[in-house]
Amino acid sequence: MPLIKIRDLHFYRGNRAIFEGVNIDIYQGKITAIMGPSGTGKTTLLRLIGGQLRPDRGTIEVDGQNVHKLSHSDLYALRKRMGMLFQSGALLTDLTVFDNVAFPLREHTKLPESMIHDLVLMKLQSVGLRNARDLMPSELSGGMARRVALARAVTLDPMMIMYDEPFTGQDPISMGTLVNLIHRMNDAMDLTSVIVSHDVAETAEIADYIYLLSAGKVIEKGSPVQLKRSSSQWVQQFMQGLPDGPVPFHYPGDTLEDDLFSQKVST
Amino acid sequence: MQNKSTEITVGMFVAAGIAAIFVLALKVSNLAEFNDEVGYKVVAEFENIGGLKVRSAVTMAGVRVGRVESIILNAETYNADVTINLYGNYDMIPVDTAASIYTAGLLGEQYIGLEAGAEDEFLQDGDVIDLTQPALVLEQVIGKFLFSKAEGDD
Amino acid sequence: MIDAIRSLGRWGLSVFERLGRGHLFLFDTLKGVPELFLRFSLVTQQLFSVGVLSVFLILISGLFVGMVLGLQGYNTLVDFGAEESLGVMVSLSLVRELGPVVCALLFAGRAGSALTAEIGLMKSTEQLSGMEMMAVDPMRRVIAPRFLAGFISMPLLAALFSAVGIFGGFLVGHGLLGVDDGAFWSQMQVKTDWYDDVLNGVIKSIVFGFVVTWIALFEGYDATPTSEGVGRATTRTVVHSAFAILGLDFMLTALMFGEE
Repeated sequence: MPLIKIRDLHFYRGNRAIFEGVNIDIYQGKITAIMGPSGTGKTTLLRLIGGQLRPDRGTIEVDGQNVHKLSHSDLYALRKRMGMLFQSGALLTDLTVFDNVAFPLREHTKLPESMIHDLVLMKLQSVGLRNARDLMPSELSGGMARRVALARAVTLDPMMIMYDEPFTGQDPISMGTLVNLIHRMNDAMDLTSVIVSHDVAETAEIADYIYLLSAGKVIEKGSPVQLKRSSSQWVQQFMQGLPDGPVPFHYPGDTLEDDLFSQKVST
Repeated sequence: MQNKSTEITVGMFVAAGIAAIFVLALKVSNLAEFNDEVGYKVVAEFENIGGLKVRSAVTMAGVRVGRVESIILNAETYNADVTINLYGNYDMIPVDTAASIYTAGLLGEQYIGLEAGAEDEFLQDGDVIDLTQPALVLEQVIGKFLFSKAEGDD
Repeated sequence: MIDAIRSLGRWGLSVFERLGRGHLFLFDTLKGVPELFLRFSLVTQQLFSVGVLSVFLILISGLFVGMVLGLQGYNTLVDFGAEESLGVMVSLSLVRELGPVVCALLFAGRAGSALTAEIGLMKSTEQLSGMEMMAVDPMRRVIAPRFLAGFISMPLLAALFSAVGIFGGFLVGHGLLGVDDGAFWSQMQVKTDWYDDVLNGVIKSIVFGFVVTWIALFEGYDATPTSEGVGRATTRTVVHSAFAILGLDFMLTALMFGEE
């Protein structure tokens, strides 16, 4: 029984199909990666799971509940059990690091301030930023902002957490830190993790299972080892980052010879 | 989370705003004169009220003693019934007081002027002022003047 | 030709679409207002940034507008020998018209554009989205407190504007031009009516506060989440607010003072 069950998902933006019949199962306690080239709607998928967007066809079930059939209050109750890490961190810019992490607790619980204080410090300790608690988000580096956002995403002890491009634009050290953190969080808190990414090496390092998406469909799925052995040329090109292959280096159109030749004629 | 000084300045802002509304009410406008509730009402019937309006002033010897409360057309006499609210502290106005409609200045608004009578009895709530003089309507005055002039020429 | 009609139709549809979204947005905002009274600290914070930060601008502008009214009014009235009515002229102009209208225009420029930029930025940096995923409804947590704060601030600011303006008119009239101060205040008190003038002015400013805050928040919430989109939304806030204020002012004036 998967925790998240996506069946026959169709989603269109205007006339452009983002998803055409996607089926995905995400199992409890595992790290599942959803990968694909830029523009395949990986972030859109997370928003669909979180109920911020509605699919045009198909269903998404989280913990047995159909996300898009829930009432407003039930959806918000479900979201309390989901954490999400945005690419930018999405920290509230007018609050300090401490207040940002305390934000979900203050909004959703009536805990006394002393207990909130202790809980927040514990969460910040786990991402190594306990001493940065009085900084404003604008004073943080991108990697630190993501770690704070991670601490905030787990303050309510959710059952699952979704990462939107967690490794993009990070230097090697903070990339390593994040890879390590995500792995540790997943094991220590018995989380279910969904990672959306196109950073192959880092994601393959920690993922238990990978779905490869392209052009609105699941192209390939399997464990990292299985994918690396895949016979599909496309999968090989993506996993190894080859510049040319089934996805051409040149933007499709006339050949170079045609272009040069026709130019000569016209002058 | 909440800054104390924020709360204080916001409090000062709200207080200042409300104070400004009070200044507008009491210092700038005529709200301070609204002690109508403690007054008493009398009715005066006028043939013509001209430009008299509800809340126009009612004066006696130039002193404001009340306000016009309501103006309605009397369905039997086809005159205007003007209800006047007199301030409670002016309770010694004789019953045979006369009421006339005057204009303040050349172009000013119209008001009711009371001229005290000689009776010992005083007006009470619900009484009627019998002696009234209608407003001067300029066209009528001019018309009468021309008419009498024409008659005089004959 | 066909293209022109088609684009006109598309434009018309988009106007209706925005109008509809704007009203749904207002409805969602108002739904969030009642529960704010349980957590008024959220509103206090916004009263600070929407109201208190506008006070300085409003006071200075009010003072100068009043002083100009004093000068101009005196020059006109003195020809008729009616300079004693300066107080009436200043107070009626301010309380009925200039107080609510000029104050609302300044409010749209100062607080309205700031609100749009703030909300637009929160949207473009995924803060609103992030709140939603933390199961915090941004309509209730972010939009509604700002709306209530704008709604409360505007009448208070307009009253301050008028009061300071009348004082400015008095400074010029009495201090500079030598109008008798007794006549200034007493004429003003006789001719300025609490209901017809002051209260109607306050009602105007309440309406303007409602509309300007609504426009500002909606433009921010509806902005394209890029820096360019937020910039355009901020401009739209000021422009649309100005139209709304002046148009509504005409309608309200016709309703309130028309029958006299």
